[in-house]
Amino acid sequence: MYDTAVTEQTVDQTTTKISARNVQVHYADTHAIRDVDVKIEDKTVTAFIGPSGCGKSTFLRTLNRMNDTIDICRVQGEILLDGENIYDPKVDPVQLRAKVGMVFQKPNPFPKSIYDNIAYGPRIHGLAKNKADLDVIVEKSLRRGAIWNEVKDRLHAPGTGLSGGQQQRLCIARAVATEPEVLLMDEPCSALDPIATGQVEELIDELRKNYCVVIVTHSMQQAARVSQKTAFFHLGNLVEYGDTGEIFTNPIDPRTESYITGRIG
Amino acid sequence: MSPIWTLLFVVALAAIGYGAGRARAMRSASGDIRNLHSLPSYYGANAMLSVLVPALALMVIWLIVQPMFIETRVQQHIPPQSYADSGALSLIMSDVRRVADGLTVAVREGVFSVDDAAGLNSQSTDIRAALGSVGVALGSDVEPYVLKAAQEYRALSGTGQTLRSIAVLALALAGLIWSLRRTNRTFRARNVVERALLALLIMAASIAVLTTLGIVLSLVFNTVEFFKLYPWTEFFFGLTWAPSFGGGSELGILPLFWGTFYISLIALAVAVPIGLFAAIYLSEYASPAVRGFAKPMLEVLAGIPTIVYGLFALLTVGPALVALFGREGTLGLNWMSGGTAVMTAGLVMGIMLIPFISSLSDDIINSVPQSMRDGSLGLGATKSETIKQVVLPAALPGIVGAILLAASRAIGETMIVVLGAGAAARLSMNPFEAMTTVTAKIVSQLTGDADFASPEALVAFALGMTLFVITLCLNIFALWIVRKYREQYE
Repeated sequence: MYDTAVTEQTVDQTTTKISARNVQVHYADTHAIRDVDVKIEDKTVTAFIGPSGCGKSTFLRTLNRMNDTIDICRVQGEILLDGENIYDPKVDPVQLRAKVGMVFQKPNPFPKSIYDNIAYGPRIHGLAKNKADLDVIVEKSLRRGAIWNEVKDRLHAPGTGLSGGQQQRLCIARAVATEPEVLLMDEPCSALDPIATGQVEELIDELRKNYCVVIVTHSMQQAARVSQKTAFFHLGNLVEYGDTGEIFTNPIDPRTESYITGRIG
Repeated sequence: MSPIWTLLFVVALAAIGYGAGRARAMRSASGDIRNLHSLPSYYGANAMLSVLVPALALMVIWLIVQPMFIETRVQQHIPPQSYADSGALSLIMSDVRRVADGLTVAVREGVFSVDDAAGLNSQSTDIRAALGSVGVALGSDVEPYVLKAAQEYRALSGTGQTLRSIAVLALALAGLIWSLRRTNRTFRARNVVERALLALLIMAASIAVLTTLGIVLSLVFNTVEFFKLYPWTEFFFGLTWAPSFGGGSELGILPLFWGTFYISLIALAVAVPIGLFAAIYLSEYASPAVRGFAKPMLEVLAGIPTIVYGLFALLTVGPALVALFGREGTLGLNWMSGGTAVMTAGLVMGIMLIPFISSLSDDIINSVPQSMRDGSLGLGATKSETIKQVVLPAALPGIVGAILLAASRAIGETMIVVLGAGAAARLSMNPFEAMTTVTAKIVSQLTGDADFASPEALVAFALGMTLFVITLCLNIFALWIVRKYREQYE
């Protein structure tokens, strides 16, 4: 499917965080993901691109078992996170999701204060010993989310009162607060204006230092700007996976080239 | 021409108008619909409405105004000394109408000729016997002035009817001609018909609002009457409810109010947890199959008439409670002396409210966006943590609204109380004693044969008014809460 030489070369330099083997996803009778094999690296931004309905969001959601919440969805194959199969019956999907955080397409702050939005995860997982501890976590997460300066004076105002871009950065900060190892982002900028998009992209680049980030995007410019690795999906297949620069300048598969140059999609 | 015939003629004219309007529009567009501003049926509908609306409006107004006009004219024939007050006058006037109707029947049956009926003289003819022979029974002999008034009444009615038919038909015809003259291909018939539709909608809405207003006004007038006869301080702060139709009643609302409050409280204590938990299960956990079965079953509970719940309270729950808490009861507590008690009514009313709360809460919980749940699950929260900390807080305003609506139903409930709680007005803390509520007392005050002007009967209106104000406040409060917090998660 993809050029193995390229990936193996980079695997030598960095560590593999997630590796998927022969993953199949079915929605009732629809075969949404076929035979996907991929190795996602730590401390790297990996972009999933591809036309609508190609399965990139579905695949993203298999990485933290969010598909479990959909009754008709079946996942086969194995996905290893740090060498451990996350679809193993021993794995608690709830614990897994604390380790693999997710940011959604539309900003979805809870109808609570900004502080409570951030404190939600730490409180559930018992990350803070006391109030002062929690305050520290909230401030750290908001700083990581690059929104601290904008909200530090109104931590107890409702999170829903922020602008769209601020809400999305709040959601990223909220995901960061549970100290995940991987951050999945499902088109995080599609509901934002260009300025807010710029801020969130900058933030994603910052997050790379500490996390393994996987982002689904419709915008090829965005994939080119923020990611180091890119995977191109088409009709449920992983067509091509490699360094972002390679994919955009020198695609191997003709379908990738057609998509990037705007002929399919 | 009778009103029915006039109506039929107007409708026929309207039908003609529809066809003619359509045809005329088509002709002006030389047969091509695309040359018209609106579809041909709009031109037809416009002509039809131009015939119907003014003609029918005139007819309705005429039917209301004519009797009033005739009454005032006819009353001049009745000598002022023959009646004492307006009540007696209205009795004489109903005699007049009866004689007038009788004369009409007699003419139809052929007892009198038309001229006879107009020129009858009560001295020479026995009107009572003559009308009796055609099946119109009169209570007494006909006074000369009544006969005179009745004859005038008949004459005026006849003229009025003829005039009415002419006027209505003329107006219908005028409407037809006017609308046809307006019909050509540039005429914006669609907009006109749309406006007529709008007027219809506004009318429907105002009828609903005006009816409410009418109900309130009828309560207000009688309540004012009551407070003229009975001091309001004793009504609102009196601790005893002891109506006696011989006079000297004590009509304090507090015991009734306490009963209402106590029973509603127990009902809500039963209904809110059960209803809410059922709603959470149905909306968050149940599989589609279970939900598809359980939700309609719950709603069947909402369709049971309250009198059936009352029977359930009287025959099943009451005796069961006595068996537990009564003198010879299993628990040996001797708390309860009879089946009718606050507890009985409260429990059954609670059961009645369960579907109300569960069904409303279920809708509200379902309207919390899926993205909220995803957000929480994506942070590693479990399903129950998500429900407790995200879904319920987001749905809380709506749920509070549902509970308040249920509360106003509990306060207004009557049948279950009458059968389950007894009729004793009492201020007591013991939930196993019989008590009664405001609504149950309204029924018992109005179903007796009391004089309608006595405070014992009028108190029912004051009770109703108080209840209305309380439930209205509850409803407004509920709506306010729902509205205030609704947009939080949008």
